[in-house]
Amino acid sequence: MNKGLRNLAKGAACGAGLLATLGTAQAEELKIGMITTLSGGGSSLGIDVRDGFLLAVKQSGAGDVEVIVEDDARKPDLAKQIADKFIQRDKVDILTGIIWSNLAMAVVPASVRQGVFYISPNAGPSALAGKGCHENYFNVAWQNDNLHEAMGGYVQANGFKKPFILAPNYPAGKDALTGFKRFYEGDLAGEVYTKLGQTDYAAEIAQIREAKPDSIFFFLPGGMGIAFMKQLAQSGLDTAVFGPAFSFDQGILKAVGDAALGVKNTSQWSKDIDNPANKAFVEAFQAEYGRLPSLYASQGYDAANLILAAKGKAGGAGDKAAFRSALKAADFASVRGPFKFAANHHPVQDIYVREVVKEGEVLTNKIVGVGLQDHANAYVGDCKM
Amino acid sequence: MPAFLASVSSREGMVNAVLAGLLLAAPLIAFTLDEPFYISLATRVAILALAGVGLNLALGYGGMVSFGHAAFFGLGGYVAGIAAFHAFDGSDFIVWPLTLGGTDQLLIIWPLTVLVVAVVAFAIGVISLRTSGVYFIMITLAFAQMIYYLAISIPTYGGEDGLAIYLRNQLPLGDSNDPLTFFFVCYGMLLLALFVSSRLVASPFGVALQCARMNEVRLATMGIAPFPVKLTAFVISGVITGIAGALFADLNGFVGPSMLSWHRSGEIMIFVILGGVGRLFGPLAGAALFILLESLIGGMTDRWQLFLGAILLGVVLFARGGLIGLLAGRARHD
Amino acid sequence: MSVAFLIEQLLNGVQFGVMLFLMAAGLTLVFGVMGLINLAHGSLFMLGAFFCSWIAGITGSFWLGLGGGFLAAAAAGALIEMLVIRRLYDRDHLDQVLATFALILIFSELVRWVFGDQPLYLDIPPLLSGALPLPGGGGYPVYRFAIILAGLATALGLYLLIAKTRLGMRIRAGESDREMIGALGVDIRTLYTAVFALGAALAGFAGGMVGALQSVQVGMGEPVLILAFVVIVIGGIGSVKGALIGSVLVGLTDTLGRVFLPQVFKLVLPASEATAVGSALASVAIYLLMAVILAWRPKGLFPVNA
Repeated sequence: MNKGLRNLAKGAACGAGLLATLGTAQAEELKIGMITTLSGGGSSLGIDVRDGFLLAVKQSGAGDVEVIVEDDARKPDLAKQIADKFIQRDKVDILTGIIWSNLAMAVVPASVRQGVFYISPNAGPSALAGKGCHENYFNVAWQNDNLHEAMGGYVQANGFKKPFILAPNYPAGKDALTGFKRFYEGDLAGEVYTKLGQTDYAAEIAQIREAKPDSIFFFLPGGMGIAFMKQLAQSGLDTAVFGPAFSFDQGILKAVGDAALGVKNTSQWSKDIDNPANKAFVEAFQAEYGRLPSLYASQGYDAANLILAAKGKAGGAGDKAAFRSALKAADFASVRGPFKFAANHHPVQDIYVREVVKEGEVLTNKIVGVGLQDHANAYVGDCKM
Repeated sequence: MPAFLASVSSREGMVNAVLAGLLLAAPLIAFTLDEPFYISLATRVAILALAGVGLNLALGYGGMVSFGHAAFFGLGGYVAGIAAFHAFDGSDFIVWPLTLGGTDQLLIIWPLTVLVVAVVAFAIGVISLRTSGVYFIMITLAFAQMIYYLAISIPTYGGEDGLAIYLRNQLPLGDSNDPLTFFFVCYGMLLLALFVSSRLVASPFGVALQCARMNEVRLATMGIAPFPVKLTAFVISGVITGIAGALFADLNGFVGPSMLSWHRSGEIMIFVILGGVGRLFGPLAGAALFILLESLIGGMTDRWQLFLGAILLGVVLFARGGLIGLLAGRARHD
Repeated sequence: MSVAFLIEQLLNGVQFGVMLFLMAAGLTLVFGVMGLINLAHGSLFMLGAFFCSWIAGITGSFWLGLGGGFLAAAAAGALIEMLVIRRLYDRDHLDQVLATFALILIFSELVRWVFGDQPLYLDIPPLLSGALPLPGGGGYPVYRFAIILAGLATALGLYLLIAKTRLGMRIRAGESDREMIGALGVDIRTLYTAVFALGAALAGFAGGMVGALQSVQVGMGEPVLILAFVVIVIGGIGSVKGALIGSVLVGLTDTLGRVFLPQVFKLVLPASEATAVGSALASVAIYLLMAVILAWRPKGLFPVNA
């Protein structure tokens, strides 16, 4: 947030939620409540989503869009409490912002049943893509399995025969390995579930050494991935490493350091995707916040632009059916290029393969291939809307 | 004013009555102003206070500093969540040795919660009560952590993602989905637990329990074995917290491992300490203050945890005996 | 399964344990001398890691960073002892829990305010990079050997400090009768500040050492804090020897559980189920260990004042 915006936000706050009122005071036509993680360990993700989102709203110049932001501290019941506040007191039309699947599961099912729209800028648990899908729920980022599936396909296509795969022992971790195996059909050198939040991977690295794989695929979000990559580099193993973008994204690369160089990772977005919307986004984000945008920032930005486009088309969220079909049409310039929704309101999109490189002194990613083209997700068939 | 409110000192009785009255008045005012959010906020306070009342029995009166009450809170939540999950799914809860389907009837879910939590609390209590002091704090934490990690890794009930309760569990009379009705249910439970606590503490059992806290040897020389007294209190304490968990799951429409985490244990403990250890209405005062601060400062700045921390620190350092101590003077004992 | 693999995993277990000991030593010292439960010990660990990483980033030297982390944590420890902790010694454990919990919230937010939201970078020094060969093939990172040595040196240093020095004598006296040594003219306040700062410095040192292995981020202290508590409770609170043995036990249980439990289950279950069940059990193994030990010896393995 720039200074002016932030001051404005503070001035308007007074116990009524962190208000980021934009433009002049007009009739408030669209009210968006953003619940995201702004404190504690995972805060950089939430901050990026928020910043990307607010940037898009600011750029649109829409005076009749109000965004209220509040921190969930990564606690499911706090997120639920804030959702209640936004829906019942502030009467928002749309909720958005949640980073983590378990928080989404606490908030989304109840909220969409109350007639509020939920636009997910990140979490895409399979439970909300399949049997639990809902007409008011849209995910603008991905279904949780997407990036892992693409990596499975890429590893298979590049002739690797013996990958070793690991993820934390929780639903997203199991989905990750299942997703990988959905598109990688060969043998595995090993499959390991680690403890959630684990920070020492010496035992797993020894197992990898013992199994002599030709490649390693891992899904260890946040600090877990940083720890794993550093320890892997220190162990002297030089097996090729593959993973989803989460451990190699802009915000985290600096902390991983040179250990990440050369790693291939899958992502639906990269700052070098060649289209005008993306170029403008990367430039504007850097100008506004003085740092390179991350995957999460792009997702926040797209979420806001999706909402704004639908608002333009349906003339606000008052007519829910019209607004819903406008959202569904997804008639906006995504920074990813072509974008559309599958039947279960999750994106159909290209998943790219990126490589971590150094541009000057800065670690960043560049696209080296495409993992899956026009990829939807495995749960479309389970969704009866 | 019900008699038990005044069973302590008259000034504390007055403070208690005011607290109970405020908690009742807040949602009624919110209802007339058509602000349903404050009804659910008051419901949250009532439920978390109930969890605190449970812990206070063990911690405040029995001197058993349990750092693992989230285990009971979460288990209660999971009983409600799992029963509703099977009722929604139409599948069976237990297949052997008897077939038991899911249910969405609160009048079945609550007794089931009591049963499950009592059994677990008994098992944890039997082992943990062999220890005391910091060892007791840590062993109760260890048991809670075990249940927490198991809940994360068992996929059937959602693991870390938890379980959504799509439809709030039902009451025979009245619509539990109505916010005000559900508040009254929770408020009623809270008053009931306070009543049971106050009776229990005043009973010979309660005297023995408090004596066990102060001097076990003396209790033993009077011919009363401290162990069964403490164990019984620990189980009752766990059960009350478990019921709170079941209500919390229904309030949120959600249950997940975060209800079992050590942060949750810490939070329940904070309600008790903040309000005043061993004060009947302490947990209510503590929970109310905590939730209000969280909601109020959280709405103002994303650095709210800094201010929350500073306020908590201020209360410990300068308001000995917690809020009730501040409002009603020092407790009779100590 | 090769012998080298087994040796490597045993080393991993010991190394993880020693890492925990660095945390647990300060915790048990503070509890033993002042009877204080300090939940904010993890915050001091975090502080050490952040300062280490920050200074290393500026100067390019890990060693300066490590020294800086040690000193910063000691200074922060002395400061909070004088401002807050001092008022808590004669309170019961509950007030200590609440106050130090509040300190966790404050420290986390302050660190985030000062150092930003994103994790920081800290790498091992060039001197300690690379791997040493193990018998039977394979290698073991030099840095992990260094952690083992640092932990053992800390243990030895603490033993000498407590058993052989004047300060140590006062610490021991303070443990057994704090009023008496006050009456004998020892300045208890300064002694307590010194002990607390020493405990904090050990946590900060651990933070710097461990920070090079994992990610330096807000909240990194809490999981370690819980494990450190498990360690000192298993070992017997207040006993440095107990903390050392307890931490190695916990380290070995955790590491070997993670590696071998899934394999054991593979004998009776299909592979992917075995992995899941084995990992679930492995994640509770240390708590199980603790419950069993406390059920057997309610005051830990090496009770103080028994």
